Parts: sequence; structure tokens; C-alpha cells
Amino acid sequence: MCRIGAIKSRHYVHPSQALLLMQSQQKGHDNSGFAMVMQDLGGIFENYKHLPTLSLACTDEGLQIAKTILDTRGFRLVHEWVPQTNRQPGLDIQAMPHYVFQTFDYPEAYADASQQAKEELLLDTRLELRRDMEDDCKGFAYSFWPDVVTLKEIGDPRDIGTFFNIWQADDKFTARVITAQCRQNTNYAIVRYAAHPFFLQGYTALANGENTFYQKNKEFQQSLHRGYVGFESDSQCFLYTLHHIHHELGWSLPYYKHVITPLPFEDVVKREDQQQLLAMRQSLAHLEINGPNTIIGVLPNNTMFTCCDAKKLRPVVVGRDEDTVVLSSEVCGINEILPNRNWETDIYPNEREIVVIDNNLEVQRWKQ
Amino acid sequence: METVKINDIACNDLPWKIKYHPERCTLCGSCIAACTFDAIGPKMERRRITFTESATPEPKTRFTAQPVIAQQNSIKNFCRGCGVCERVCPNSAISSERNPDSRFNVVYATATGTGPKRGGRNNLEVQARSLDTLRVGRISQMTDPSLDAQRHSFDCLAPLGRILPAGALPFEQGADGKLIQNGQTPPVRWIYPVIIGDMSIGALSWRMWEAVAMAVAYLNEECGLPVRMCSGEGGMPVRLLKSKYLKYMILQIASGHFGWNRIIQAMPHMVEDPAGVLIKIGQGAKPGDGGLLMAAKVAEHIQAIRGVPKADLLSPPNHQGLYSIEESVQKMFLSFNAAFKFRVPVAIKVAASATSVSVFNNLVRDPYNIVGGFFLDGIDGGTGAAHDISLDHTGHPIVSKLRDCYLAAVAQGRQGQIPLWAAGGLGKTGNLAADAFKMMCLGANGVFTGKLILQMAGCLGNDHSRCNACNTGLCPVGITTQQPVLVKRLDPERVAENIVNYFLAMDVELRKLMAPIGNSSLPVGRSDCLVSSDKAVADRLQVQYVC
Repeated sequence: MCRIGAIKSRHYVHPSQALLLMQSQQKGHDNSGFAMVMQDLGGIFENYKHLPTLSLACTDEGLQIAKTILDTRGFRLVHEWVPQTNRQPGLDIQAMPHYVFQTFDYPEAYADASQQAKEELLLDTRLELRRDMEDDCKGFAYSFWPDVVTLKEIGDPRDIGTFFNIWQADDKFTARVITAQCRQNTNYAIVRYAAHPFFLQGYTALANGENTFYQKNKEFQQSLHRGYVGFESDSQCFLYTLHHIHHELGWSLPYYKHVITPLPFEDVVKREDQQQLLAMRQSLAHLEINGPNTIIGVLPNNTMFTCCDAKKLRPVVVGRDEDTVVLSSEVCGINEILPNRNWETDIYPNEREIVVIDNNLEVQRWKQ
Repeated sequence: METVKINDIACNDLPWKIKYHPERCTLCGSCIAACTFDAIGPKMERRRITFTESATPEPKTRFTAQPVIAQQNSIKNFCRGCGVCERVCPNSAISSERNPDSRFNVVYATATGTGPKRGGRNNLEVQARSLDTLRVGRISQMTDPSLDAQRHSFDCLAPLGRILPAGALPFEQGADGKLIQNGQTPPVRWIYPVIIGDMSIGALSWRMWEAVAMAVAYLNEECGLPVRMCSGEGGMPVRLLKSKYLKYMILQIASGHFGWNRIIQAMPHMVEDPAGVLIKIGQGAKPGDGGLLMAAKVAEHIQAIRGVPKADLLSPPNHQGLYSIEESVQKMFLSFNAAFKFRVPVAIKVAASATSVSVFNNLVRDPYNIVGGFFLDGIDGGTGAAHDISLDHTGHPIVSKLRDCYLAAVAQGRQGQIPLWAAGGLGKTGNLAADAFKMMCLGANGVFTGKLILQMAGCLGNDHSRCNACNTGLCPVGITTQQPVLVKRLDPERVAENIVNYFLAMDVELRKLMAPIGNSSLPVGRSDCLVSSDKAVADRLQVQYVC
């Protein structure tokens, strides 16, 4: 089982906290990789919140391809952070030659462009980067979005932390929202794209469990949106469904839960909104999930949420103190970084609710 | 010396031979009384007996006349192998045996100038079925636990009706983020994923049809299984049309429009909407051929329901006046949708064909969103009456065609918009749950079945040419006949009980297949959980090959 974790705080948090959160939960195959998405960035990125940052791991050749694509499209580099990597021998990590975190200004032609046009441009650029670097693993473009950086690598999370020098907390590389997982998937090939969290146009999702409706989710999503690509992990489907429901259809978050884990027919017919719920179930039958899953998601406005499969076959705990909310597969992870919280207020979500954490750190429980 | 009459019909020309043991026979006459085909009859045989009356052998000969049961050497009264004689014989003195050297197909045509006809099914294709090479091979174990078939709750319902893409739903968002529906959507019924296929009153005896209807009502009202049955072409009793049980019925209209005058006249008096309307374009067992009800079966009540005289009733092979898919969509579907004020799903049934995907594509792309189901019927489907040549030599297997249609929908991102229902030999081995489950994994929303229902009722026919005499009106078990004496052989309550029990068993078995793949709702499109031990089948259906 994958273990997943997320931190949302009033203050900027260093990713060492994410490493700590995940470390105590590690079992078996869990130490086969580390991946995290940081949103609402602080430190050296704080002044560039409105501009897109590219998170890229690549070879020399990949770096050249990326530069050509970005130059051709007219992006202008305004800020760059190169992590101080520690390439000492003996570390369990399959490191790439380059890790690129570059912030760009939009092309001049986009000076007066709408928000939507910019969002489409960023997606198209990332997809082009991905496509052109795909052969021979020349590079991996994880995210290209304002106020977001993504780091993924294969190996032992402890060594990955050492490699990127992120065990040592500082105030340069921080964020208010961090989602993380310490595992490469077991089902499919070990590839960097398969590591959670997944990111698309401001939406982040990570999950544990097995998406038994992967095949039908995937077959349906493939034709829904050009950004629904890859499918290296069955959990990417959760992100694409979230994006489809919330971004494309514009439905509010509770309907995400209704789509992925529809209420049983016998319950639906008792509800006032049965007409809508049935229509939804009919139209989006292929986005249902029916396996054991816990999902943690982040919306573009940095609202964080978690929900489970309809049979509640995967755990998740929400722990909090005044400044921070932590979501974790196992409570030991929360104990690690919020040792002094009141654990009696921990929430163990049930199979029919979504727990939502807004930017005031107000925690709401929505019953489906 | 008389010439041997080689061109007369002889018993060994016929498909079945009577095996008779005179030494066991008490001449009670049960077999002759029971044989509906008059394939056997009494006959006197001359017997030569050699005997002696003295202590030393002094052979004498005596001739006696011995009454026996004998097979009729007749092209009309040939034995169908139904085995009813064997069932009724108290002494095991008589049975029928398949004649591997039958010359029937030749002698029938040479004697009558026409090809043989029969009811039942395709008998030619008796090799292993593709479905039987498929297994549920992706078992949930550690990471995604199997479910408990007994204790978990399962959502085993399938849609019937046109389903809009999510983006086309008439929703607006309220201030609180709640969606409000501000327009109409096509009607959709969530029903049990096994529909009892379209067998008409006419094809079936009134007792049989009533038994099916009773079973359906019981399954709905007492067992909580929303099973629907389709009327078949030919209408239904007016009393049923005006009753609350109409909601369990799918009304069929086919090219003969039989029975529709009564249906239309009953509309103002209907207290419930029917479950759906099924427009039959084609039938898997005899594709390209119209319906056929032989005059022998057009009894008085059939004449009344259908509004016809006693004559062979032939539905044309196509709907007269429809010349294109587009036109059929606009004219026929719209008129039936409108007839029930857009409250009743209207679906179409076609025979599986090399062209099915084109038809499906055409319908799924129709801008009016009014085709509420694509019922695809394969070659192994049954029929009440057809020419042998149609049954044996026309048609298309269902499995790959259903898969093709589903994948065509996938390619367009339109899966589920027109629910796919498949039939044609499903449950042939007796286990419909397994076949239905596999078809759903391949993309069907549900299945429909007819022949298997007859088996539940006691039909003696099989896929190896046994009986298959539904067309004659002489059904030996009272299922496909309109003769009162024969109909009485069928106990409708026992039949209803059998059907109910079978559905209950099937429902449990469906769960027993859903549980190991860890799913509590139907696995439509989950081809990943199937594996095939036949490479060609695996490749064709795009499932994993295993060995």
C-alpha cells in the first residue's frame, strides 16, 4: 500500500517536514522513491507567485530541447534555482543530470491574454516538453505553473533527501502546501511520471490503493481532454477526474465525490437531488472508482481535501494544530511533525465524506 | 420381383430414429398419445415363430400378428428427438436416437421443393465458444481486497435510455454550489442487467408468456430485482396494458406492427408507462429475415391480440418506409418518444452484422439524443420459426461484435451514451451469470436472453438439433404451441417459480464474480479483468492471453 501525506500551514514549511511525515510510515516497497508538489511557495520563489515555474529533470540533451521549446514560444527566464545536489557515492538514487526550477515571464504576445489563455499555453508547453523529451528519457517535465514546484526521484527517500540537501530546514525553499509520497508504483514500470502527486493546471492529486476501474477510467479520460495523458499510474485517473469535474464542467467539489463513489441506488432515490445525481452517475459512469483508495487533492486556490473509496478500504487521518493541518495515511506520520497537537481532534474520515481544508485552515466535513 | 423403392422416405433418411424394445412394451399407448408430431404410431407386424410340440425337435412354423409401436416414415411427421416418448414410457421401451447418417436436408428439399424450417436455434456451430475461453483472471488480493459476496452491498443495475455527455446536462449552479436541473433529459431506467428477451404471445403459448410475466412481477415485487421483459412483436393482453404491471414490460414494435393498434388504443387508459419501447430491426437467429408465425399457431386469441386472420404471419424483413438510419432515427424514434411524451426510453434491436459498428456509430452521433439502447443480437440467438438455411448459415457471433461496438464508443469517448445490450447464445451452457459478466467486462451494459428462459420452463430442445420444432405449433411441452391440449402440459406457476429461482441464483453468482475483482458495481468495460486461453480470441477482443 502506498502511504501518502500532505501539509497545509499558515506559515511556510520546509520540505524536510514532508520527509519526516513520510519516514515513520515507511514499510516494504515504500522507500522506492520520493515525490512532492509544493504550492503557495515561499523563500526564493515568494516574489514570483504570479509567474509560471517549470519543474524539470533532464539530461544535457533534454535541457537543450527544453530551452528551444521555451525560447520558441517566447517565454522569458526571470528566475532560476538549481538545487545544491550532493552526488556522494553510495546514495540510493537514480539521479538525472539536471534538475531545473526556472521561473518565466509569459511571452509578450500574452501580455493582455486572459487567464484561461495563459493556462492553456502553460499546459500546451508542458505537454510539448513532455512529448519531445520522452524518447530515451531525455527529460521529465512535471509541472509548469505559477507558484508550484515538483520534485520526483527514484531511490530511497532518505538518500533522495540527502541528495537534494532538503533534510536541513531553511527558509529559502518553502511552501504553505506540500503533498508527498515515498514510493514508486509496483503495478507498472518504474518511471518518474508514475510517482504521485500528479499535477495538472493547478490541480494536484495523490492517492493510495488500487484503482480497479483504471481501464475504464483511462479509456474514458483519454478522449476527454488533451492534458489527460500518460496514465503511467492508475492514480492519475483521480487527478483527471478532479480536473474534469471541477475545472471543465465547473461543478463544485462535493460532486467529485458523487462521481467517483456514487451513492447506492437505494440511497439516491431518497434524496431531493436524485435527478441530478442519477444524471451524473449515468453520464460519468466511467469515472467511478470502485477499488480501495484514499485521495488527497489540492485545488488551484490551494484548498486541500481528502476522501476515500465507498467501502473505506484505505486509511487516512487528519491532524491539526492552530497553524498547520496534516493529512497522512497513518497517524504516526502526524505524530512526527505535530507531536503536541490535541490528538482527540484528529479526524478519521468515513467513506461518505470529504474533509476540506480552506486557506483559513478551517476544516470542514462534507457528508456526501 | 418388385423393384426396391429406393426413393421412398425411409426411417434412416430421417434425423432421428426410434429405438423400440417390443419385449418391454405393454402397448399402453402413452408414447403415441404423448408424441405431438405423430412421429410414431401403432402398427401390426407379422412375426414368424418356429416351435416344436414333441419331445424331439419337429420344427413347425406359425405366423402371428404382433402390435408394435413404429416410426412414421414421413417427411411431415418425422421424429424431432424430443424424447417425450421416453419420458412417458413406464417400461423404458422406447426412445429416440440421433441418426448420424441422416439424409434429411436432401430428401426434404427433393420431396417438397422447399427448404426445411424449424424453430429454436442455430445447430451448425457446435465448437467451443469464445466466451468459454475467457476467465475472470484478474483477482483482487492484497492491494485491492476481494469483497465478501455475501455481506457487501452491490449495485447491480444497468441503464436503459439515452445518456447525455456530462457537458450537455441541463445543469446550472446555484449560489451554494449546488447543481439545479433546468431542462429535460432523456428518460433513463436503471434496471436489472438481464432483460428477458422478446418472445411474443404467439410464438409462446399463453401459459408460457403468462408464466414469464408472473415471474417478472414476482422478481420485482417480492425479490427486489428490477427485471424487465420485452413483449416481442404482437402486442399483449389489453388488461396487462392497463395494469400497473406494464411498468415491467418493454413493448416491442417490429416491421409487421402486429398488436400496435391495441397498444395505441390502450394508451389513454394506461396507469403506468411501459419500461421502454424496443424497435426490432433484426434478429440474430435469422438476420435479414422477417418475423414468422405459422398459421398453425395463429389461434383465436392471437388473432384477437394482433388483429389478424388465421394465416401465416410474416413480418417483412425491413421496416417499410424507412430507407436510412437517419430517417429511422428521425421518424420512428421520434414518433415513439413523442407517443409516450418523452417519458419512455426507445431502443433499437439489430442483428449482429459485419456492419453493426457503422449503424451504432450513426446512432451514437445522432444529434437528437433519442436512441436509448442498442440491442445487439448474435447468431446463436433463438427464434420461433425460421428457414434452416437462415438459422444455420446467416448471422454473426455476438462477442466480437459487441466488443467492436464498445471500442467504437471508446474511440469517440462516447461509451455509455447509448447503452449496449447483447444477446445471442448467452447462457448456452446453462450459466448466464458467467456469460453476462464477461459480456459486461467486454463493454455490454447488460444482456438479454430468451432461449434460456424456455430451458428454465422445461424446453427439451438443444443445440444439437433436438426438437427445435417451435415453428410447428406442436411443442411437446406446451411452451411454443397454441393448442389447448398441449398448452395444458405446462404448469405456469412451476415455470414462474423456476424462472424466479434461476434469477435469484444468477444474482448470487453475479456477486460471486464481482467480489473477486473487488467491485461492487457492474464491471462494464473492465476488459482488464478477463484473460483468454485462446490467443486469437485474446487478440481479437484485446484481452490478456494466458497459457
